[in-house]
Amino acid sequence: MAPSGKHERDKPWIMRTYAGHSTAAASNELYRTNLAQGQTGLSVAFDLPTQTGYDPDDPLARGEVGKVGVPISHLGDMRALFEGIPLEQMNTSMTINATAAWLLSLYIALAEDQNADRAALRGTTQNDIIKEYLSRGTHIFPPAASMRLITDLITYTVIEVPKWNPINICSYHLQEAGATPTQELAYALVTAIGVLDAVKATGRIPDSEFGKVVGRMSFFVNAGIRFVEETCKMRAFVELWDRVTQERYGVTDPKQRRFRYGVQVNSLGLTEQQPENNIIRIVLEMLAVTLSKDARARAVQLPAWNEALGLPRPWDQQWSLRAQQILAYETDLLEYADLFRGSEVVHAETQHLVESAWAEVQEVLDRGGAVEAVKTGYIKQKLVESNAARLRAIESGERVVVGVNAYTEGAPSPLIENLDDAILTVDPTIEKEEVAALERWKAERDASAVEGAIAELQRVARSDENIMPASIAAAHAGVTTGEWANTLRAIWGEYRAPTGVAGATVKAARSRAAAEVVDRLRKRLGELEVRMGRRPKLLVGKPGLDGHSNGAEQIAIKARDVGFDVVYEGIRVSPEQIVASALEEGVHLIGLSILSGSHLALVPEVVERLRAAGLSDIPLVVGGIIPEADAERLRREGVAAVYTPKDFELDHIMSDLIELVDRQHAAE
Amino acid sequence: MPPSDPVDDAGRVLRADKAAVSRALNLVEDKRADAQDRVAALLASLKGAPRAIGGHRVGLTGPPGVGKSTLTSAFARAVRARGRTMGVVAVDPSSIVSGGSLLGDRARMSFDPSDAGLFVRSLATAGEVGGLAYAANSAVRVLAAAYDVVMIETTGVGQSEIDIVHVADTVVLVIQPGSGDVLQFLKAGIMEIPDILVVNKADQEGLARRAVADLQGALRTAQAVGASGREDGDWETPIIPTSATEGTGIEELIDTVDAHRKHLEPTLNARRHRGEVQWALDLFMRKHGEHGVSTLHGLAEITARAERELDNGETPLSLCERLSREYVATLCQTS
Ligand code: B12
Ligand SMILES: Nc1nc2c(ncn2[C@@H]2O[C@H](COP(=O)(O)OP(=O)(O)OP(=O)(O)O)[C@@H](O)[C@H]2O)c(=O)[nH]1
Ligand SMILES: [Mg+2]
Repeated sequence: MAPSGKHERDKPWIMRTYAGHSTAAASNELYRTNLAQGQTGLSVAFDLPTQTGYDPDDPLARGEVGKVGVPISHLGDMRALFEGIPLEQMNTSMTINATAAWLLSLYIALAEDQNADRAALRGTTQNDIIKEYLSRGTHIFPPAASMRLITDLITYTVIEVPKWNPINICSYHLQEAGATPTQELAYALVTAIGVLDAVKATGRIPDSEFGKVVGRMSFFVNAGIRFVEETCKMRAFVELWDRVTQERYGVTDPKQRRFRYGVQVNSLGLTEQQPENNIIRIVLEMLAVTLSKDARARAVQLPAWNEALGLPRPWDQQWSLRAQQILAYETDLLEYADLFRGSEVVHAETQHLVESAWAEVQEVLDRGGAVEAVKTGYIKQKLVESNAARLRAIESGERVVVGVNAYTEGAPSPLIENLDDAILTVDPTIEKEEVAALERWKAERDASAVEGAIAELQRVARSDENIMPASIAAAHAGVTTGEWANTLRAIWGEYRAPTGVAGATVKAARSRAAAEVVDRLRKRLGELEVRMGRRPKLLVGKPGLDGHSNGAEQIAIKARDVGFDVVYEGIRVSPEQIVASALEEGVHLIGLSILSGSHLALVPEVVERLRAAGLSDIPLVVGGIIPEADAERLRREGVAAVYTPKDFELDHIMSDLIELVDRQHAAE
Repeated sequence: MPPSDPVDDAGRVLRADKAAVSRALNLVEDKRADAQDRVAALLASLKGAPRAIGGHRVGLTGPPGVGKSTLTSAFARAVRARGRTMGVVAVDPSSIVSGGSLLGDRARMSFDPSDAGLFVRSLATAGEVGGLAYAANSAVRVLAAAYDVVMIETTGVGQSEIDIVHVADTVVLVIQPGSGDVLQFLKAGIMEIPDILVVNKADQEGLARRAVADLQGALRTAQAVGASGREDGDWETPIIPTSATEGTGIEELIDTVDAHRKHLEPTLNARRHRGEVQWALDLFMRKHGEHGVSTLHGLAEITARAERELDNGETPLSLCERLSREYVATLCQTS
């Protein structure tokens, strides 16, 4: 190192923007623009039907097609998505999990059509289905089958597509579901251990080659607003991964033990109130994963300032990309060696995290490992509890959030003068077009080739052969995403993950005042029970494919804690199921939580079905990402109240809910 | 349109009209004093229903997390496939602090929402000490009038496995491979022997096989020391390994449950009658405690009365009401 502390300028990290919506063609156009603007990699967002293995014409896909990402049903869609983008030269990150093996098969099939060399393909499939059960919610199959898909993809690419990152172990989503830094470290590491143990157990990789598998493991990490602690967390990750790979897997090559990670910075803390402040949070969070050369991210993607309002427009994403570019190219950051090496403060905090995380890793391993701890709900419950503690701290003011519980007065923001235009909206007619396009695709393909490919897929699914070759063949034959997933569903079954709420305990608020508020709510509810004869019963429902469970979970626990009897069946419940539950359970109130943007399709359907079942007198409330214009419309259609992220005071919401039940009772 | 009175709706309950069944269940959950008579009237009008008499009430108990709800779900699917209808009462614990509850059993059950022949109601224990809810007894009777099979899932804590005997015709105790506590209880003769033992999670193979073998040993010991004391004769408690998640052992479980129902035929009325007596006593005790019992001349006397009067068409609820009035009248005279 030169005496000045400077060294040769580092290469900047890969800058990505998570993008995709409407149709493959529209997304292709978006990608090309982004690449022209200096973005150095692609990050594909798929829509929920594609992520959960449904075609656009499936009833469960209603309202979700092309909404939060691009729909990819078959090879033709994949071709349109990468039109004019040579795969050999791209580094493509795909946020895809339960159907990762399938989407990669489509990608490889397309590369083969382009005559590209498989071995030259570079990119990432997220393929961490474990965290889907814990946070992200796009799982399909039971854990054992998911683990098989994970290992099939890994063992295939390590040999056939050696530059591919077959899995991104995600701690990002754990923090978004409430994880503390210690939990984020621990649960990501036990997931990685679970995956590597499973790969070992396949017997497909000779011991001498196992280091290669370890070397291909990469991580997808979060960076929150407490950026000093987050910097230390990254250093702790580096240290712990080195320990695990060396001690548990005996990897001797230090390069294969490197903790390789990409980042998306925290979005959970981005606010609906004073949304312009979010860009500042985003920049500070980015520092945590870039400042320390020894623990610097290899790829960074940033959310946008309007995160809590809805989907970002191209300009919003561009603003975030500019933040990265300014840090990388204008500042002198990349000219220096690690800034924290030798810092006692950073060292001490890092060691603290290393130790607490390691203890939790041991706890989970003692419980039988990550998969067991998913199935028993142990990890999920921990996350729900941490998230409850976080929300309570914000509600009580113990944790300051500028513009939310402090410094709330200010001049109006010109950025949101026209709020409804401040987000990207997806044309709802796209769904129809996609359904028609799918029909055309099916009509034009060779039906007997499809049949043969599906039969082969079935055979392989029942065997212990790798699913990839049969899937690639199916991709070439024109099989669709829904057909691939349904074939496997029929053999492996489906899985509903533990919700973590039943056993979740929340410590009482520290402040006397807060405790008194809760006591008053309980008293009101108790009095209402006496008058009604039954304890007020609330059904919390999550219709559609939406996996955002945080809000529903927290509402459910809070409602229990003020005294409601609460029925919560977890994510991805159909409107029909919700109404059936309301009927059989005899509930007094229904609360729907929808964050995926499909509320205008799903809420009216629930309302209509309630009416048909003779239950229209049960008050219905809705919460989630609901733009004000939509909220108005929903209220006109009979929804009693609409809540959005700015309604962070759960006590207020509870008070409203009790009031609603009370009023309905009085009316009867 | 004001909802019609559930008591008048008894006919619709018998036809398993879900809206009517649901309203009837709401009524039996109603704790207001003026609801009691209506509940009694409702239960009285459901009592003679052919399904209620010919059907089967199955109690499912076992430690938390052993797979009771998952098993109920698998059981229900298989029962429906056999063309019979089913009602479920799933009991979950209430929070002692808030009185509220998270009724989580339903989340573990998967069923076709358009199926008219399956009905699931969750109940909270609401401070009851046993593993059952205040309304569980009445709820079972409502569902029994509407569906062929009624299954009651207890919380599996407290004295669930004792309480459930009074509600169910057949008690199924579910245990998990590798947990030794049930074994200890059986051996020590503390536990009444359930009618059927299920070792769930049998997909964890080695463990399950050992658990079944261990249980067989323990059962023999327990029966040898006379722990069973059962009046239903020569029924040998079967041990059935199941995997609720993979669906194995379910058909065998249904066959066994059916076999037990058949075996009960000669003694079923006596068993149900005893359950009703116990329920009446429980209701009265809850309301008036020891003092109530001694005022009305002791437990033996009340039991004898209950046995007599329940035979004469009274329901436990109406009987309890009458005993209450007598008790209160006695109190007024003495003071
Ligand atoms: C956390 C988060 C996630 C987590 C979810 C973890 C989990 N288990 O919940 C993760 C990382 C997994 C995730 C994933 C995705 N996300 Co996301 N996510 C968020 C984020 C940042 C916060 C949501 C949250 O949990 N807030 C905290 C909870 C407590 O608040 P809340 O749910 O809003 O609830 C409050 C109120 O709304 C209300 N409420 C809510 N529900 C109910 C119900 C009742 C009964 C009542 C009374 C009140 C009520 O009360 C609550 C208390 O204040 C939002 C943006 C934002 N800042 O809001 C994006 C956001 C919701 N996500 C989005 C998207 C697109 C996705 C993905 C679909 C991306 C993709 N293409 O793959 C994925 C897939 C998820 C899936 N399977 O559906 C979009 C949705 C866009 C839209 N609606 O048009 C958003 C808005 C971000 C954005 N701007 O693009 N996400
Ligand atoms: N491996 C395996 N897991 C099972 C089986 N049955 C249930 N489980 C799992 O065990 C956990 C608990 O299952 P539940 O059905 O909720 O158990 P329960 O006894 O109803 O639990 P409580 O109502 O909370 O007492 C879930 O994660 C189930 O998926 C089984 O046969 N095999
Ligand atoms: Mg249960």
